[in-house]
Amino acid sequence: MSVKDGLYYSEDHEWVREEEDCLVIGVTDFAQEELGDIVFVELPEVEEEFEKNDAFGVLESVKAVSDTFIPVSGKVLEVNENLIDNPELINDDPYGDGWLVKVDPADDSELDELLSAEEYAEFIEEE
Amino acid sequence: MKKTPLNQIHKDLGAKMTDFGGWEMPVEYTGIIEEHQAVRNKCGLFDVSHMGEILVSGENAAKSLQKIITNDLQKLEPGKIIYTLICKADGGIIDDLLVYCLQEDQYLMVVNASNIEKDFEWINSHLLAKTKAENLSDKYAMLALQGPESKKVLTQLTDIDLNSLAYYRFRQAKAAGIEMIISRTGYTGELGYELYFEPEAAKKIWYRLMEAGSDFGLKACGLGARDTLRLEKTYPLYGNDIDETTNPYQAGLSWTVALDKGDFIGREKLIEIEKNCCQRKLSPFKITGRGMARHGYEIYAESEMIGKVTSGSYSPTLAESIGLAYLKNEYTEPETEIEIKVRKRRVKAEVLKGPFV
Repeated sequence: MSVKDGLYYSEDHEWVREEEDCLVIGVTDFAQEELGDIVFVELPEVEEEFEKNDAFGVLESVKAVSDTFIPVSGKVLEVNENLIDNPELINDDPYGDGWLVKVDPADDSELDELLSAEEYAEFIEEE
Repeated sequence: MKKTPLNQIHKDLGAKMTDFGGWEMPVEYTGIIEEHQAVRNKCGLFDVSHMGEILVSGENAAKSLQKIITNDLQKLEPGKIIYTLICKADGGIIDDLLVYCLQEDQYLMVVNASNIEKDFEWINSHLLAKTKAENLSDKYAMLALQGPESKKVLTQLTDIDLNSLAYYRFRQAKAAGIEMIISRTGYTGELGYELYFEPEAAKKIWYRLMEAGSDFGLKACGLGARDTLRLEKTYPLYGNDIDETTNPYQAGLSWTVALDKGDFIGREKLIEIEKNCCQRKLSPFKITGRGMARHGYEIYAESEMIGKVTSGSYSPTLAESIGLAYLKNEYTEPETEIEIKVRKRRVKAEVLKGPFV
């Protein structure tokens, strides 16, 4: 199970990466491993706005349905269209090609409420 | 939770474990899709020791069972197996099971794990004189070796000629030096064998099979793949697709009901059901829109709710979302368009003839 340095993490197993003009959001390696083979993805519309912790998408593995919760408030700038036909990207590369959405954050200070890589690693250790 | 003799082996292999009817069972080891494809293309090994075994023996064993089960026991002789149902007087399905004829007055019934106690009580309370039922579920471990390469794997461990073992036939013989029942049956729709033996031998047989299978792509497979494999073949799963509120005619299992064999529990009601036809029928469907169907989802034709999904999953072979649902009769024709309510959306689906694969 890998936890990537330099990202922010939520207790719902999402990660956030800061880019110059947006935040990129995905699910962690731990989450994809727990879910198993992901075969269907439902993502939000571009321009849709969410409050922190809102359900913004759905991941379905062969056996289970799972909501994804947004770790920061904001407006969706882009969704990863590749996942529609290749949902397995989330299993194969959760921190890279398996990203879910790019968001314009409403409040930058929300990032400070998230876990660091080290804290998240400890958190999943206890789960 | 109850554990099979192979519990630690599953954990050592890194399996995800789940509570299945009170048993801690492996769902998947390396991934459901990979395990599913191993069984369709090569072979897979499943621990199904949670299944129940009930032995009915004595002078009136055959007569008793003929009254309890819906299929015709006359078709059986030592070495043969039948698939059958046990129904209540109102035609509701108590369980689906296999009956093995060990000897003329000795029958082994292999039942679903979640129904062991219920079945045992039911069978016990309907036995004729000079006959007894024993719950031997703790005396048997069970492995299912399934897939096109399974014969080559098992051949290495046994002297019996597997080519002469036909579908729904079994032998009591030795494999890996252990006395067992070798049965040409399974729940995957592939060539395969189910093995029954003493729990103490389970680890040895598991390792010997895995070793023998290493040249044939044998993989440890969990209940997740078992479910997608059976769904592609439209085999019903007790508790999902059939239960005490459904009858054999609705479920497409009329071939397991021998109305002409003489009296049995449920017969009167089942004659009536057969004559009047059912209001709804278990029907295979595939999703043509975007989404996955899951157990319990509602099905619509325009504004009318016409049924509910009983099994829904992803088909690794077809790379599509498939399922089974009880639908009102007028919607059961192949190619009928239906809609499934997936969360807040309606997703298009199409009724098929089935099986899917």
